[in-house]
Amino acid sequence: MKIVLEHLTKRFPNRNKKIKEDVVAVNDFNFEIPDGKLIGLLGPSGCGKSTALNLICGLEQPTEGKIFFGDTDVTKLPPENRGVGLVFQNYALYPHLTVRENIRFPLENLRGKDKLSKEVMEEKVLEAAKLVQIQELLDRRPSEMSGGQQQRVAIARALVKRPQVLLLDEPLSNLDARLRLQTREELKRIQLETGITTVFVTHDQEEAMSISDTIVVMKSGVLQQMGEPQEIYDEPVNLFVAKFLGTPQINVFEGKIKDGNVFIGNSPVMSAENYNNSEKEVYVAVRPEGFIVDENGPLSCGFINREVMGRDTSVIATNSAFIGENIRAIIPSEEEIHPVNNTVKFSLKPFKVRIFDKVTEERILL
Amino acid sequence: MKKNLTAWLCLLPAIAFLGVFMVYPLIDVLVYSFEEGYNFASQSFWETGFYNYSYVLHDPYFIQALKNTFIIVIITVPLSTGIALLISLELSSVKVLRDFFQTVYFLPYVTNTLAVGLVFMILFKKTAYSDGLVSLLIQLFGGPSVDFIDGPYWAKMFVMCFYTIWIVMPFKILILTSALASVNPMYYKAAQIDATPKWRIFYKITLPMISPMVFYLVITGFIGAFKAYSDEVALFGTDLNAAGMNTIVGYVYDMLYGNSGGYPSYASAAALLLFAIVFTITTINLMVSKKTVYYQ
Ligand SMILES: Nc1ncnc2c1ncn2[C@@H]1O[C@H](COP(=O)(O)OP(=O)(O)O)[C@@H](O)[C@H]1O
Ligand SMILES: [Mg+2]
Repeated sequence: MKIVLEHLTKRFPNRNKKIKEDVVAVNDFNFEIPDGKLIGLLGPSGCGKSTALNLICGLEQPTEGKIFFGDTDVTKLPPENRGVGLVFQNYALYPHLTVRENIRFPLENLRGKDKLSKEVMEEKVLEAAKLVQIQELLDRRPSEMSGGQQQRVAIARALVKRPQVLLLDEPLSNLDARLRLQTREELKRIQLETGITTVFVTHDQEEAMSISDTIVVMKSGVLQQMGEPQEIYDEPVNLFVAKFLGTPQINVFEGKIKDGNVFIGNSPVMSAENYNNSEKEVYVAVRPEGFIVDENGPLSCGFINREVMGRDTSVIATNSAFIGENIRAIIPSEEEIHPVNNTVKFSLKPFKVRIFDKVTEERILL
Repeated sequence: MKKNLTAWLCLLPAIAFLGVFMVYPLIDVLVYSFEEGYNFASQSFWETGFYNYSYVLHDPYFIQALKNTFIIVIITVPLSTGIALLISLELSSVKVLRDFFQTVYFLPYVTNTLAVGLVFMILFKKTAYSDGLVSLLIQLFGGPSVDFIDGPYWAKMFVMCFYTIWIVMPFKILILTSALASVNPMYYKAAQIDATPKWRIFYKITLPMISPMVFYLVITGFIGAFKAYSDEVALFGTDLNAAGMNTIVGYVYDMLYGNSGGYPSYASAAALLLFAIVFTITTINLMVSKKTVYYQ
């Protein structure tokens, strides 16, 4: 089932009563989520991800705009009639019920012609439990399980009615690092196995990159960019997206475009043939893997330290044009660095350098 | 060893206090209840045995008190808890004027019992000048004139139960509204997504989650109602036997200090009978709760 959002907007009266202005949690969303795909909704905390999710599932009513599931307008439909499964950040498992009872709960709500017999219910519960591999835990209470296991139960409960849309609100953020890795692979597997259109909310860019078919990046309620993970990483539309994706973060320098060259400080680092006449203040952003240690390189930096990771090496350096703490460059471990007078020189890989307008912070294509 | 000594020293005040004011009187009551023909003046008795119990159990006033107490307990505990639950549910669903309503419902709790009693008098008592508001209302709809304070037994019992429920309600509402407020709203959201009917949300989610509080109210409600006495005095005066509205605690008091008082042995026997009843009921309550109450 594809999901279409049309001019979707949600305003809240400000929680701080002194501020009259509304909070625009979701601002004019227009996009389509293709059938059977896993979408990562990515953005910093408080940017409106949960609100967007709640609008899709019907727990919140939009101020403006429409939501379609397939060709059906579901904007006015209450959540229970939308056929969605929702997984909460804290799982929201009923603590007084066993795992089996929790998973069965949505099935027991079916009335009239949809009413299921006990046997069919049990069958469906087992099927869902199998999908998330918790068959042995069916008689436990939520409090007797680990976070990862609870998360699986929550997913099983959301899936047991075979919803057309599965929504997950930061489902992994309460798990420890190792479990998070494992569970997100599991999630991807389940999604592929069921083919259910899935929206996955997270503030962790790595998580979003690793499992999403498509990422939607948002900031303060406004959609910034939508695209495949690699595309968003390689071709960010603005400085915010460039900085939000990738660890270590992209390195941002003050710079300018002048005489057909891109300058960091006063050093020309690469050519910009299309910009011959006008001088323009810009931000020059370089991915950590975009640096090449080069004795004759144009970018001269103060050497601070190197961190050996094994697979590769981080070079920590400074430059007066750099914005932030320190430059982090990642170079292959076999490459050697010989700082002269505590200075290390780099040349840059042009396809790892992105230029942004100083005022609008929008991408400038060279 | 030295550590132990310190511990005992620290405990000493509490133990002494409990010993003097709790344990000793309890034992004393137990002893009294088995001493037949105890005489205050000479501090002597004839023999030991079950005569005091037998006397109390054959005393029509005690039987009356027992009956009254049980009626009050059986009517007021479930009713007050149920109504308080309904009101609390209603309160937690309203958004506007919620604080106002909460205050209104809590007012009786901070009002003096006797003041409430006075209001009830105005509502229900028949005097030379007035039939009482409620009675007047009944007559307005063509009913007979009823004296709720000095009239037939059922009318008095009705006022008694009404009064008791009224008095205990605010506390129960307070406890239940806070219990309801402490249920995480995400459970309701999850239930809504799963298309759970309203009654099922209440029965399957809300009730289990507040069950420890409901249970607490039922147990303390039972115990409180079994010990009822002052409310009866507020409505019917001190001669409860004459009014036929005595309770077990009232009976114990009368046996000690009433006009026909001075019988600590009978009073002790009655008190122990009450203890046995409360103990049994509470045990049953606890047993039932093991199956039905969910503790987080
Ligand atoms: N019910 C509400 N009332 C008022 N403001 C709200 C409400 N829900 C969310 N907001 C505001 O909307 C913004 C987005 O919130 P949310 O969607 O929860 O962000 P996220 O899930 O991305 O952290 C925040 O500024 C938040 O304070
Ligand atoms: Mg959120």
